[in-house]
Amino acid sequence: MPFSLLKHGLFGRQVPRRIIPPAAPLKSTYDVVIIGAGAHGLAAAYYLAKDHGVTDVAVLDKGYLGGGNTGRNTAIIRANYLTPEGVRFYAEALELWRGLSNEFGFNILYSERGHLTLAHSDSAMRTMRWRAEVNKHLGVNSEVVFPDEIERMAPGIDISPNTRYPILGALHHPPGATARHDAVAWGYAAGACERGVELHMNTEVLDVLQSNGRVTGVETNRGRIRCRQALQAVAGSSSVVAAMAGFRLPIHTVPLQACVSLPLKPFLDPIIVSGSLHTYIWQTSRGELVIGGATDPYGLYASRSSLEFKEGLMANTLELFPFLSEVTVLRQWAGICDMTPDFSPVMGETPLENYYIDSGWGTWGFKATPVCGRRMAETLATGRVPEILRPFRLSRFAEFEQVGEKGAASVGH
Amino acid sequence: MKIMPCPLNGPRNISEFVCQGEVEIEPDPATASDRDWADHLFMLDNEAGVVREWWYHVPTSYWFIAERNTVTDEIVRTYPTEELIERGGHPADFESKS
Repeated sequence: MPFSLLKHGLFGRQVPRRIIPPAAPLKSTYDVVIIGAGAHGLAAAYYLAKDHGVTDVAVLDKGYLGGGNTGRNTAIIRANYLTPEGVRFYAEALELWRGLSNEFGFNILYSERGHLTLAHSDSAMRTMRWRAEVNKHLGVNSEVVFPDEIERMAPGIDISPNTRYPILGALHHPPGATARHDAVAWGYAAGACERGVELHMNTEVLDVLQSNGRVTGVETNRGRIRCRQALQAVAGSSSVVAAMAGFRLPIHTVPLQACVSLPLKPFLDPIIVSGSLHTYIWQTSRGELVIGGATDPYGLYASRSSLEFKEGLMANTLELFPFLSEVTVLRQWAGICDMTPDFSPVMGETPLENYYIDSGWGTWGFKATPVCGRRMAETLATGRVPEILRPFRLSRFAEFEQVGEKGAASVGH
Repeated sequence: MKIMPCPLNGPRNISEFVCQGEVEIEPDPATASDRDWADHLFMLDNEAGVVREWWYHVPTSYWFIAERNTVTDEIVRTYPTEELIERGGHPADFESKS
């Protein structure tokens, strides 16, 4: 909770203020152009300005601020991954998340409520033990728990051994949290603008201009913009923008659908995830259940909804919480995900010398926002990729050094 | 329910099918460099628009080619692999960007 909230709560009304200034006229040259005004791009702009004093930055987006996957994810934050590379990276994000509301002076509704990854088979139990040990080794709080404790933490869950996928145990990750995803984009945008960064919405990049293996600027629907460095942070359209820059990515674009239910009385504190049932579910502070599923079975750049998804997801949700059978779905939507073969992002250098990428954010992008922003900003400012990002470099595929993140949300065990 | 017009089985529910990826030229494994081979294995065109892909009907183990639009989710055309061979030799040699 930001301290300002406490202050205004105790001492009278807060006067609403416009936190994001109206756009300045578009200049023809910037030090840094960031393509994509989602939370990742905005966070990179914020840390560039705040930590490195680079303020001649333009963030471009063909749509509106945070209008892509930033506002379409299920807003789950955790660091209980499987690979040391992954855990180390997401643990740094977790640390940053805790301080964001105060840093922004703006409430992002960050709420730590614990995270349970259910295991429905012996092999899944083994993976949970493995994850717990890797996590603890790297200082991340995770522990294997058993059905009695799961029932205590998540009343209403069906832990009977006579179900199709009985719950044998779970990985309990107490720092598991949620936050209001739009507010994260707004907070970063406001902080970046305060320090001189310009946001330009409805500014679509049509081509990436280059000469001698270097980027010289971007062609947009509002004219040509020259720059010294560029960062593409357009998860969902990564391959399309990379094609403009002239290289291919190991990315398959697939929709992921999610929904929220009508509001219910609060009954569920922790976030419940089942890899085998491809379902994750948590209750918002308004009482709605946020429910997400697996990615769609084939690639698309469309956020359309499908009946198969709803049938499948509801069946799996009722498998976990049978009493929800009378609850109706209020809204449903889809996000477009950059799926990579090793369930890990693609970040850092590209074949173009001064063109950097932040992509491959599949189903794990929201929770990484602060660390991505901070580390991509460091990469742009220093021209060197920090050690923590090395495992996720694009060239890992040519070097046959994939990460193999089986702790991703879309992976069954 | 999304329907896939299968060249062998006629219109069927798309859940009976698996998308098996882009039709592309396979480099010769004996002569390709490691880099080219990695590129073939991992890198994708992943275009937004009409793409040509391998599809597989699981119950009948039948492989065929589908052209579909990845923006509008429309299936433009499906045809047996033979057609591809007639047009461009062995499927492995077929030029994906025609």
